[in-house]
Amino acid sequence: MTPAAEEDSPRWRLAHDIGGGFSPGRVWAMVLRYLYLLRTSWPRALELIYWPTIQMILWGFMSQFLMTNSTWVARAFGVLIAAVLLWDVLFRGQLGVSMSFLEEIWARNLGHLFVSPLRPYEWVLSLIVMSFIRVLIGVVPAMALAIPLYHYSIFSLGIPFIAFFANLLVMGWALGLMITALILRHGQGAESIAWLAIFVLAPVSAVYYPVTILPPALQYLAMTLPSAHVFEGMRAVMFEHVFRWGDFFAALALNAVYVGLGAAAFLHAFRGARRRGALLQVGE
Amino acid sequence: MPAIAVSGLTKRFKDVTAVDAIDFAVPRGVTAALLGGNGAGKTTTLSMLLGLLLPDAGSVRILGEDMRRHRFRVLPRMNFSSPYVDLPRRLTVRQNLLIYARLYGLDARRERIATLADDLKIVPFLDRPTGDLSAGQKTRVVLAKALLNEPELLLLDEPTASLDPDSGDWVRSYLETYRARTGATILLASHNMGEVERLCSEVMMMRQGRIVDRGAPQELIDRYGRADLEEVFLDIARGTARESALLGAP
Repeated sequence: MTPAAEEDSPRWRLAHDIGGGFSPGRVWAMVLRYLYLLRTSWPRALELIYWPTIQMILWGFMSQFLMTNSTWVARAFGVLIAAVLLWDVLFRGQLGVSMSFLEEIWARNLGHLFVSPLRPYEWVLSLIVMSFIRVLIGVVPAMALAIPLYHYSIFSLGIPFIAFFANLLVMGWALGLMITALILRHGQGAESIAWLAIFVLAPVSAVYYPVTILPPALQYLAMTLPSAHVFEGMRAVMFEHVFRWGDFFAALALNAVYVGLGAAAFLHAFRGARRRGALLQVGE
Repeated sequence: MPAIAVSGLTKRFKDVTAVDAIDFAVPRGVTAALLGGNGAGKTTTLSMLLGLLLPDAGSVRILGEDMRRHRFRVLPRMNFSSPYVDLPRRLTVRQNLLIYARLYGLDARRERIATLADDLKIVPFLDRPTGDLSAGQKTRVVLAKALLNEPELLLLDEPTASLDPDSGDWVRSYLETYRARTGATILLASHNMGEVERLCSEVMMMRQGRIVDRGAPQELIDRYGRADLEEVFLDIARGTARESALLGAP
């Protein structure tokens, strides 16, 4: 074998000066990388749809049973179905960030990624875009399926649905960033946190019951979580037909704090990984 | 201005000093090598040159830029290949190369990939999952990734590991042609002394985190009174070199 001579023309040289700042092209490159993966791995795609759909079916039957045995559910039939579907927006939003991140750890690809011009914040942005796509793939079919199965449409919440959806998604991103920071710090051994962390927040998020059910100390804790404000707001729309702006703004403000904390934790952990050499070695 | 200028570079992991205040410069357009036994500090040094690892002390300037402050100015102009850092296994070779071509902001991506695939003889498995390839095939794919942006500085960690002699020889010829055609600088870490003798005009010998000797391969061979670079390497790695040979001491 002898090496073929390359063409002299440097036409594949850099399309533009990429030594500069933010590049949407690099974000898209990373999104494309995760989309290729979803396309070539049907178990990954199936997993996205499977749990939200099973949860919706389970809570749909529960709602039908409670319809005749609970005056609370009878006043707003879809309250439990809406709650489980919105909870999945939060859960899938968080998983969307941490699973895409874990794909790089499993692939042991970080060494190549971070000798390329990819900035850490561009990578984070691609994780966030992928989280949104994964939520749409996973939760929207379950939402649509609830309509023929239980004659309940979460879309009947109207405009407030968008506010609830967006706040939970953003909270999921913040948690996802915090979890990725933990994995960067403690290695692949901390991977199970990606699956379990969110469930610590479920009881105090008051997903299926009003916050007032919680002991007083936990009620204070609940009010520090955007999710508790969202689920309180959801029940207000369904039972009282009012949109509580106070809960909406509280969730928005808390999310700003949580996203800030998540981004700071991630960037701190990333710098720590560069100090320890973990970008080449992160694993078990 | 050298392609690489390293001064006082130090890295400690807890109480182990992996790289101990090393200084060196690699002029533009040459092929140089970092040699040393396992744990000598070669990979740690390469990682700091790439910006993957933050030094505890010292400075690294690549193509005139300070890596601590202006890493992103220089990363588009350099690249890296190692058989120990994987590309995503489930993605096809073509998908992986397309993604990295985008990350490097290349124009005419498909054309560039087609040219490289042809040159590096990876056309037959462009559409196969990267994880299905043999070790030798993967080495060539990772090399293709490293050449996508036609780097001015190429850092290679054991570039011909896992390759059969014919493929290894071919890759070495390719690297020689690439350097001659583009004027690029190549720094490699290798255990293959024949490869280093053939490719490199400058060799830096590392032991216990320090550069204990440096020079052209033939110069080192003459100074140590050995038959080839492998014997020089063994002298240094085992600490059996004559005192007078080290760094040309009188």
